[in-house]
This record gives sequence, structure tokens and C-alpha cells, in this order.
Amino acid sequence: MKRSKNRFVNYIIVLVFFAVFQILLSTGTLSSLLKGQLIPIVSYMIMAVSLNLVVGISGELSLGHAGFMSVGAFTGVIVEAALLSKMDPSALNGNMGMQMMILAVAIVIGAAVAAVAGFLIGIPVLRLNGDYLAIVTLAFGEIIKNLLYCLYVYIDDRGLHFSLDPNSLNGTTVLNGPMGALGIKKISTFAAGCVLLLIVLFIIQNLINSKSGRAIMAIRDNRIAAEASGLHVTKYKLMAFVTSAAMAGAAGALYALNYSTIVPKKFDFNTSILVLVFVVLGGIGNMTGSLIAAALLTVLPEMLREFSTYRMLIYAIVLITVMLLTNNAKFKAFLNGPFHKEKKEGKE
Amino acid sequence: MSDIKVVEKPGPFTEEEKKLVNVPSDTFVTERDKDKPLVLETRHLGIDFGGLTAVDEFNIGIGATEITGLIGPNGAGKTTVFNLLTKVYEPTRGTILLNGVDTHGMNPASVNKAGIARTFQNIRLFDKLTVEENVKIGLHNRTDYGMFTGIFRLPKYWKEEKKSHEIALELLDIFGMADQADVRADSLPYGAQRRLEIVRALATDPKILLLDEPAAGMNPSETEELMKNIAKIRDTFGIAVMLIEHDMKLVMGICEVIAVLNFGKIIAKGTPTEIRNNPQVIEAYLGSKKDE
Ligand SMILES: Nc1ncnc2c1ncn2[C@@H]1O[C@H](COP(=O)(O)OP(=O)(O)OP(=O)(O)O)[C@@H](O)[C@H]1O
Ligand SMILES: [Mg+2]
Repeated sequence: MKRSKNRFVNYIIVLVFFAVFQILLSTGTLSSLLKGQLIPIVSYMIMAVSLNLVVGISGELSLGHAGFMSVGAFTGVIVEAALLSKMDPSALNGNMGMQMMILAVAIVIGAAVAAVAGFLIGIPVLRLNGDYLAIVTLAFGEIIKNLLYCLYVYIDDRGLHFSLDPNSLNGTTVLNGPMGALGIKKISTFAAGCVLLLIVLFIIQNLINSKSGRAIMAIRDNRIAAEASGLHVTKYKLMAFVTSAAMAGAAGALYALNYSTIVPKKFDFNTSILVLVFVVLGGIGNMTGSLIAAALLTVLPEMLREFSTYRMLIYAIVLITVMLLTNNAKFKAFLNGPFHKEKKEGKE
Repeated sequence: MSDIKVVEKPGPFTEEEKKLVNVPSDTFVTERDKDKPLVLETRHLGIDFGGLTAVDEFNIGIGATEITGLIGPNGAGKTTVFNLLTKVYEPTRGTILLNGVDTHGMNPASVNKAGIARTFQNIRLFDKLTVEENVKIGLHNRTDYGMFTGIFRLPKYWKEEKKSHEIALELLDIFGMADQADVRADSLPYGAQRRLEIVRALATDPKILLLDEPAAGMNPSETEELMKNIAKIRDTFGIAVMLIEHDMKLVMGICEVIAVLNFGKIIAKGTPTEIRNNPQVIEAYLGSKKDE
């Protein structure tokens, strides 16, 4: 079966991607521009495959995926600050194990909070039959951004405090309203990002190839027939949506902990649309395409700065090429080539 | 099913409530089913769409292993009856008893779990899934593992998937479709799509199977084959089948009881011979321009 074979292609793509850039990194041949882009690329790859779970597999449109990324990002930042405040400031220096531990905790809690947000939105909306999810997620992204504009978080000797009043800031500022998070310790690493991406792919692909994933796709293909076959439609729509939200939260935490400052505006409507563009260009429901599109289209704008005049032209050409390639049956067959020869599935 | 439900008003009863009335289904069943409870019974079933009364006073009782035909001219309300029985629409009035249980308040999924499965007049398959996966959706509620077990592929995942794979192939084999298990549903020819819908419905382990024009678009030899298979399904699974069909050869050939619907009302009910000779039916349906 096509879907189950494709899984391994995606793991291999990620491993090769990791190996190539890790070698380039260690030999120092990587430009500083690209070096800074590695973790964002991985984050956007996670964003793209997780959104594809909603758009491609569950067949719902989400226009606020960056909102979940934002929830994960700022939750991750707060978790990191809270954990570090309990430790000796020098404890992190050179202690990779400790650094990864904190990163893992930040990512897991970021994912959990984003999942809760996804659940709260999904519960009322996914009961309805129609495109309400697009409207509500669009609003959600904006609401999260505006909430963060008013949120002030600081740590003093009595612990972690949340406030809506900028004048209450005291001790170490973690979140400063519209100015965002300050003084983040950069603990994300490229390797950790790749591991996270592999975990996300593992979960998504195994989910798709299980009873639950089958139900999610059946509901996408024909809701009425799915109900008539005894499927609980809301449950499975919610399952896909919440899983996707959690993964976006994880990507957000990974992303944010790669910078020393991050502002809420980073995760606005444009970012949601950007991720949707990755999914659409990569091919709806096609995880491999999402990975490739996210990687190419994240680095490209940066790389093209050098060609200032032709930048948009080249960008457009790449968009079209990616679209043609990822949606082209022959190209896909070529990608899958070594793994299974029999590709003609009942084409008549 | 045996739990005692609290009735809204247990009593005391008014004089009006004590009056004896006929149960309207005036049911007859086949000899072999006479000691078994009815699998389906409707009383005063009806639905209005705005001002239009699409179905009214639909009363029927179906024996446990009976093959029933529901016929009538286009727009008579046949599909609407199926939609009422499967809760696609909530009835405006009347009661549906499935194995004696009132289906009031159930949704399409729960009424399926309670034992009713159907196919659709305009085929509704899961197009992008394979034939086998379509059947496995029918087996969904019989496949016992959750999301976590599925993601981490715990032993139960393999056991249950193997089981449902085997049952799916067995069911597909009824229609000789096991060799097409890995084909995408939307790439099947039309007749095979109709057959797949039946297999998927059967996979939900129903007590009664509703088939909405199963032979539509099939050629005569396919229809012949289908007739045999419907009878075979009833014989192997011991379930009731109710089918809507315009192909009179099929209906008269396999149905033991036929109900004729016209303008949303049953105008005749009986054996194929009785229906064929009923003047009202001839006028309303067989005698109309529609060739038989
Ligand atoms: N959802 C709906 N809203 C309004 N009217 C409806 C609806 N569904 C069915 N009807 C009307 O109810 C009547 C019965 O339709 P139905 O589809 O049940 O006919 P049918 O007997 O299945 O006909 P056919 O042989 O053409 O399939 C028609 O007049 C139809 O227009
Ligand atoms: Mg009809």
C-alpha cells in the first residue's frame, strides 16, 4: 500500500537532510545566514506536516495554525525561564544533557498547552458541519496575538507572576507585552529539532495508518457515509485537530528557544498563510511535499536577498516548480522508486 | 437493551390513554420468523419538509430474516424513508422501533450501532481509501484498540488489524472482490462500487440492511449476480434486507414482501403476486409510463 511505504521515504529525507547539514555545520562550510535558518526550517517543516494532518488528512481548513505555534512558543519561553530561575546561572554552561532536558520539558509543556487551546476551539466548532473552522481559527490567531500584547510575565523572588499591567513588572521580565519575550536562553539545537521532526512524523504517519487515521480520512471523504458506518465524527475531527495543534505548539517552542527575543507579531495571520502555502504547494495530504516545500520556501527568501532585483521572479519560479514537482505522479513515483516497484494501483 | 427506561409519564392514565387502539403496522411475516421479534417496526412514521409532506403514515413491520421490497414511482418518498430509518432526518412524527428499541434521539452513528446499515442511491464511498480500507471502516466499531495503541503499534494493534484484515477479505469474497482489496475505491467500475457499499454496510454487523437501488446502473448479468448475492447474504448472516429498486425483475424475484409507496404513503403491501395483481399498484406505478 502506498501510504505505508511512503513513511520510510519521509524518515530518510529527514535523516539525509540532517546528515548533510550536520556535516556542513561541523566542517564550517555553512554560511552564517543558512546556519541561523536551520532551526526555523525544521520548525516550519513540523508546522507544515502538522497542518497537513488537518488540511490534507482531516479535510478541514485551518487559518490560525500560527496561533498554536505562538501558544507553544511563549509557553516554552515561560517554562524555560521558570526552570532556569531555579538553577545556578552557570549550571547550563557546557551541560548539554541539562540543556536538552529543559528543552524537552519546554517543548512538551508548549505542546500540551497548545493542545488544550486546540481542544477548546475544536469542541464547539467541529460539531458543526461546514467551513466554520476556517473562520474560528482565523479569529483564534488574532485573539492569541492580542492577548499576548497585554500579557506581562515576570519572575521575582516569590516566583512566576502573570499580569495584565505593565507597571507591575518586577524582578526578571519574561514577557513584556507587545515587546514579547526577552532574554531567552538559546537552547534549541538543530539535532534536537530533527529528532522532534522525526517524532512528529512518526506520530502522524502511524496515526494515519491506524484505525483512527482511517476514520479521519473516511470522514473527510464522505461524512454522511462515515456516520452511517457508525463513526463518531466529532471525536475523530477533534483527534486530528488537537494532535495538529499540539505539534504546532512543539514547533513553536523549538522555534522560540532558538532566539534571544521573540515578539507575538511573529506568529500572525501571515505566518498561518505561509504554512498553508507550504501545505498546498507540497500537495494536500502529501507529507513529503510538505517537508520539501517548507524547507525550500523558508530558506529561499533569505538566500535570494543577494539577487535583490530578481528575487521575486526567482521566488515565483521556485513556487511553480515545487508545485509541479510535488503534485506530479511521475516525480512521486521516482521518489518512491527504490522502495516499491508496483506503483500502478488499479489505474484504469 | 434490557435496562428499564423511565417513561416520561408513567401514570396515572387518563380515559383517553386507556382506550384500545390498533397498532398500525398490521404486520405479516414469513412462517420462519413468526416466533421471532420484528427487527424493524414503524408506527405513524412521517416527515414534512416545510409545507411538503414527503412521507406520511408509513407503517411497516419487518421479520427477522425477511427480504422486503420498497417500490414506487420517482419522488414517492422511498429514499426519504431510508433517511428516516437511519436518522439522516429526524421524523416529524411517528416512532421507529429497531429490535423493539425506540430510536428516538439516536443519531446516524448510534442507530448504526443499534443494528441498521445502509447503502446510498448516489454512491457514497470513501473515494481516496482502498477497497479494503472502506470495508475496515465498516468494521471500525468491532476493531478494539485506541489512538495510543495505534500510534505506538502495540501488540493489540497488530492483532486487531490482522483480524479486521481477515474479516474484510472474507466479506469482500462474498462478491468476489478480494483480489481488488488494494485498489482505490474511486477507481472501481460503477457496479463494483455498488457492491463495495453493500460489503461496507454488512461489515457493521447489522440486523437489517437497507439497500437503496442496489442494481442501478448494473447490466442484466450483474443484476442477476446481485440477486443471488443478496439472497446469499440473508442466508449466511440471517439478517433482514429491505431494498428500494426500480428493476421489477429483481424485486419480484427475491422479495418476500413488497410495500408500494406513492406520494409518501403506502398504497399496498403483500407478496409479489398480490402486488403484481393489485389494481391500485398497476395504476399508480406499473401502469404509468415508466416501463417495467
Ligand atoms: N431534504 C429535503 N428537502 C426537501 N424536500 C425533500 C428532501 N428530501 C426529499 N425531498 C422531497 O421528498 C420527495 C421524496 O423524495 P425521495 O428522494 O424520497 O424520492 P424517491 O422515492 O427516493 O425517488 P427516486 O425513485 O427518484 O429515488 C421528493 O418530492 C423530494 O423532492
Ligand atoms: Mg430515491
